[in-house]
Amino acid sequence: MSFFEAKNISIRFGGIRALELVNFDVKKGEVFSIIGPNGAGKTTIFNCINRYYDLDEGAFIFNEKDISRVRPHVVANLGIARTFQNIELFRRMTVVDNLLLGRHRRRRSNLFAEALFTGFVRKQEIENREKAEDIIDFLDLQAYRDQIIENLPYGVQKTVEIGRALAMEPELLLLDEPSSGMTLEETEELSFWITDIKEELGITILMVEHNMKFIKEISDRTMAMSFGEVITQGTTAEVLEHPEVLKAYLGEEDAFTEN
Amino acid sequence: MNLLNEILQTILSGISVGCIYGLIALGFVMIFKATEVINFAQGELMMVGAFIAFSLISFFHLSYWTTLLLTTLIMALFGMIIERVVLRPLVGQPIFSLVMVTIGMMIFFKSVVSMIPFWGTDTYGFGTPFTEKLVRYNEIIVSWEHLSIIILTLLLILALFIFFRFTKMGVAMRATSQNQLAAVYMGISVNRVFSLTWVISAILGGFAGILLSPITFVHMNMGLIGLKAMPAAILGGFYSIPGAVVGGLIIGVTESLAGAYLPIGWKDVAAWIILILVLVIRPYGLFGTELKKKV
Amino acid sequence: MRFVMKKKYYEDIRLFKYRSTFFWYLALVTGCLTIPIALDDYFISILTFICIYAVGALGLMLLAGFTGQVSMGHAAFFAIGSYTAAIITTKGGPLLLAIPAAGILAGLMGIIIGLPVLRLSGLYLSIATIALAFIVEEILVRWESLTRGNLGIYVESPSIGPLEFSSGISLYYLSFVVLIIVILLAKNILRSPTGRAMIAIRDSEVAAQAMGISLPKFKTTAFAISAFFTGIAGALYTYKISFINPESFTLLLSIEFLAMIIIGGLGSVHGAIFGAIFFVVLPNAIILTKDYLPKFVRDQTGLEAALFGLMIILFILFEPMGLYGRWLKIKYYFETFPLYKKDTFKREKSYQKVERQ
Repeated sequence: MSFFEAKNISIRFGGIRALELVNFDVKKGEVFSIIGPNGAGKTTIFNCINRYYDLDEGAFIFNEKDISRVRPHVVANLGIARTFQNIELFRRMTVVDNLLLGRHRRRRSNLFAEALFTGFVRKQEIENREKAEDIIDFLDLQAYRDQIIENLPYGVQKTVEIGRALAMEPELLLLDEPSSGMTLEETEELSFWITDIKEELGITILMVEHNMKFIKEISDRTMAMSFGEVITQGTTAEVLEHPEVLKAYLGEEDAFTEN
Repeated sequence: MNLLNEILQTILSGISVGCIYGLIALGFVMIFKATEVINFAQGELMMVGAFIAFSLISFFHLSYWTTLLLTTLIMALFGMIIERVVLRPLVGQPIFSLVMVTIGMMIFFKSVVSMIPFWGTDTYGFGTPFTEKLVRYNEIIVSWEHLSIIILTLLLILALFIFFRFTKMGVAMRATSQNQLAAVYMGISVNRVFSLTWVISAILGGFAGILLSPITFVHMNMGLIGLKAMPAAILGGFYSIPGAVVGGLIIGVTESLAGAYLPIGWKDVAAWIILILVLVIRPYGLFGTELKKKV
Repeated sequence: MRFVMKKKYYEDIRLFKYRSTFFWYLALVTGCLTIPIALDDYFISILTFICIYAVGALGLMLLAGFTGQVSMGHAAFFAIGSYTAAIITTKGGPLLLAIPAAGILAGLMGIIIGLPVLRLSGLYLSIATIALAFIVEEILVRWESLTRGNLGIYVESPSIGPLEFSSGISLYYLSFVVLIIVILLAKNILRSPTGRAMIAIRDSEVAAQAMGISLPKFKTTAFAISAFFTGIAGALYTYKISFINPESFTLLLSIEFLAMIIIGGLGSVHGAIFGAIFFVVLPNAIILTKDYLPKFVRDQTGLEAALFGLMIILFILFEPMGLYGRWLKIKYYFETFPLYKKDTFKREKSYQKVERQ
């Protein structure tokens, strides 16, 4: 039984088939990447996992549980965290508060205790704060701790978003184009962090990415998609050499060498 | 036959009031489609239109048709000024701010109208070519006032339809309401589109005011009737122009029937009860679909 | 600008960041408790109304300012609180029962109404709450056996045991204490997971769900807390004016509450209080200056409403952060003098993000 599995998932928007009978599985502890040209349906997969869209067919199985019909917030509570392609941070809150929100699924207090701010709530909040601080250290965010998200540069915002997902202490982390919009240095740092997240924190990663060099470096297995269908999947090296993949990326040959 | 006649009369007057709700709802929908703002001052635009028409007829002794034309022009100008002065500076601000600005305008217009000499807090009426004229068909008697509302509304909707379908600006407006950014890339001036949206909405408000005046008279609280067009717009899905009109008709007829056959009080809340029912059963209206933010 | 060396995480969580802040607030509270003794009934009455509206505005602030759900029907919750308190008191019930009951009943109504309606997003919610306000108003008029319809209810001075709240000042103290309690409750909620979840929903519903926040649950919670506070404000209002009828709770009242939080400054507890002060002081200021105005202006009954509407428009156009935002800017200006940068508080613009077919 695999850790996370997509079984025959399909979704249509109007007449367009965004995903057509897609199958893949992610093993515990690996980095699994999805590549493909724009419009291939990569982000749609994430949005379906998160229950932002309803699948027309098929199912996602996570830890032997069908999660394709649960309510959206339950997905997170089961241990799946994600980042977004266009950054969905809580823009008017500070970095720390964003990280603390990642702790929401660990909430044990109730509203009445919170309104009175009892000792229990206080203890819980201090624990949450400690965890947030660990993540700040892990991702080198000390300088931005109390800043409002709106005022931060793009690359930092992307990092905060990863931090917020980590604060959830998930089992599976979905990263939607983590390196897009980042500088060369930031991308390099990112590849170290992802390795650390995998190895030190033991979190499995499912990633959508465009940067081929980045994928070559950190991805264990890869799946290539085009127009909602799977072209091929396997180890990263195999997939990147696959003729169909090369064809899909033809004209983008540079993608393999640059960056 | 008498009872049937009575019911038909009730429904007909419901349809004519419903047409007015439809017109105001159209104003809501127009502005909402373009800017995602609910214009709470739409009812007040109707009131202002009615007062302008009343003044033109009573003080300047103009004919009904000249008044209709002039009021349209004045309202167009009024809508343009509102957009230019109040709304354009707020483009890009949170929708909440824009909505609150329209609420501010709603209070402001109403109280300013109450302060203008010869307008004030009194109730006025004016004669139209349709006053006290009846049409008789077998045993059914219909007043021209009600019929004129229906006919003029139909003409107005036809004009709007032609505008959106066949003129360049109309197509540009439709495009902008579907995708603002893409419209900008196509060289459409979004500012002009917004401006025109407000112009059309103000004209619709003015028209509704003129048509409604013979039925409810002209007074500063006419705007409250405009609020009832909101359930109509919701019923129609808030994005759909035919939906707004159909929604208006449903609300108008229900209200009219509730007024005739239910205990006192039901008429005033009928529209709102329908609204809650629609929201519970079919939240995105009869013609609408759920809209999602792209992530 | 001051920086505090923080040594414990709790220092980041506690209510008062600096020790001096605590003393300022303590001084303010002491002032509010002692100075009114020297004031006449007119000013005490103004202060009492400020406290009452501040409680209600704070309720709406939690919903609109922090959760991003705009309710145009808060007059309904205010009315439910008012009538609950009035009916309990006229039936001889104690004050300590009446005020919480007013809040709880309003809160329950919030949940009952909220459950079907809160699945909807922004716009639909606002309109549904208008519907609620109209329906409640109509019920108050028609359910004559309970509410005496348009005749209204006259309420005697309430009392706790031997302590009777008959004079203006005793009622002021009652309202003030309630306000302080409500502020503390709100502050506590805002620094715990529920408050954070509410703000998260305001900033991004999509991301909030991805954090495991259930939108219906926390929207309903916010709605209930908000209605609870507003209901309590309604109860205090009943005791203050001692006569209520449905005409006191129209759509205008809902709009006035919204205006208070906008003028005060959205998204801050201070804003609710500043807004209430502004709302109560403005008409009184007009009354005081009326003798100096030309007769034509003086006789206008719509003057107050016109100014109010104009204020909403002007604030949104020129000071979207409200009075509290202005206060922060002035404070910051002096703290950083002469290094203040004009665009420090400038916010990024946002454009339509909705996807349409």
